[in-house]
Amino acid sequence: MKHVFIIVLAAAALLGTLSYRTAFSQEANSYSLIIEDHRFKPSELQVPAGQKFKLIVDNRDPTPEEFESHALKLEKVIPGKRQATLNVGPLQPGGYDFVGEFHEKTAQGRLVAQ
Amino acid sequence: MIGTLVIVFREVLEAALVISIVLTATRSVVGRGWWVGGGVVVGLAGSTVVAGFAQVIADAAAGMGQEIFNASVLFFAVSMLGWHNIWVGRHGRELALEMNAMGRRVSAGELPLLALATVVALAVLREGSEVVLFLYGIAAGGDGVWPMLSGGLLGLLAGAVVGLTMYLGLLRIPTRYLFTATSGLILLLAAGMAAQATGFLIQADWLPAWQQPLWDTSAILAEQSLLGQILHVLVGYNDRPAGMQVVFYLATLFVVGGLMRVFNTPTPQPQRVAA
Repeated sequence: MKHVFIIVLAAAALLGTLSYRTAFSQEANSYSLIIEDHRFKPSELQVPAGQKFKLIVDNRDPTPEEFESHALKLEKVIPGKRQATLNVGPLQPGGYDFVGEFHEKTAQGRLVAQ
Repeated sequence: MIGTLVIVFREVLEAALVISIVLTATRSVVGRGWWVGGGVVVGLAGSTVVAGFAQVIADAAAGMGQEIFNASVLFFAVSMLGWHNIWVGRHGRELALEMNAMGRRVSAGELPLLALATVVALAVLREGSEVVLFLYGIAAGGDGVWPMLSGGLLGLLAGAVVGLTMYLGLLRIPTRYLFTATSGLILLLAAGMAAQATGFLIQADWLPAWQQPLWDTSAILAEQSLLGQILHVLVGYNDRPAGMQVVFYLATLFVVGGLMRVFNTPTPQPQRVAA
């Protein structure tokens, strides 16, 4: 009984380490967008489908912006002159529109998952 | 100006609908205006504070502070709504009998009033802080103060009109169904908020999504349409929910609904007392 317990514990530890390493390698999996003059640069960004990634949005304007996407179900206010990180995915292949809600006329962009 | 109007309207709408439900639930309670009004004032004050600390909040929790803050505010509101419903299930019938017998004396209603006033404050705080940040951006962006103020006020007005319409509609519910109807509305409101809070925790990567989206009905009824938004607030409509959000939605319905049943006292037989 005791052995079984130890084996289970070891297996759990191994699994934990593995999943941690997977999680860690995903940390590096990040993509960047810039907000400048209330526009996204680039306005279309290629991202991988079927895996989680981080989207780093750098707001270079002095005013706050809200990154919002109905397709991605994401919303986050980014204060002026700040960066924000969004956890995205895993996505099905396809296009996902997003806007800067505070300047919706100009701040428009699209993620393309492949 | 139109852009400002639309955004302010969107934010005000959610708070206005929450307030209309609270006003319906407290329809015959003496002094409810002070409680609800107090909730709005506290919420407005809180929203400027939250907007002022936006940067601090954003930097907290390894950059996920905003998500965690929103989720906490929403879960707190859910617990207040749940508490109210359980309390009303326990005492509501007595209150109803009392009201019918004695007109409008319901001082015992203060406890759930505090819960509902808190919900109002939290709704105003969450939506209000975004409005403050947005209007600040407009004013600082060189568009001038006038378009910001006029758009903001018109948006506020439009949101208030929808809330008022909803309230006037709810007032048509006959008194004998009132407790059942408002309990049901509040239960759905709570479940929707729990699902919304779950969405923020998924965004923060604190919870797995368990399939996102579980379904997509945006082609039938887009959540950002007026009807979609109203249903989003009232019953938690979500056109592209994550599996985990559905789990939390149902769990809230079952847990709060179950507790309402458990704590529900049987209807006391009306005593024939000579008045």
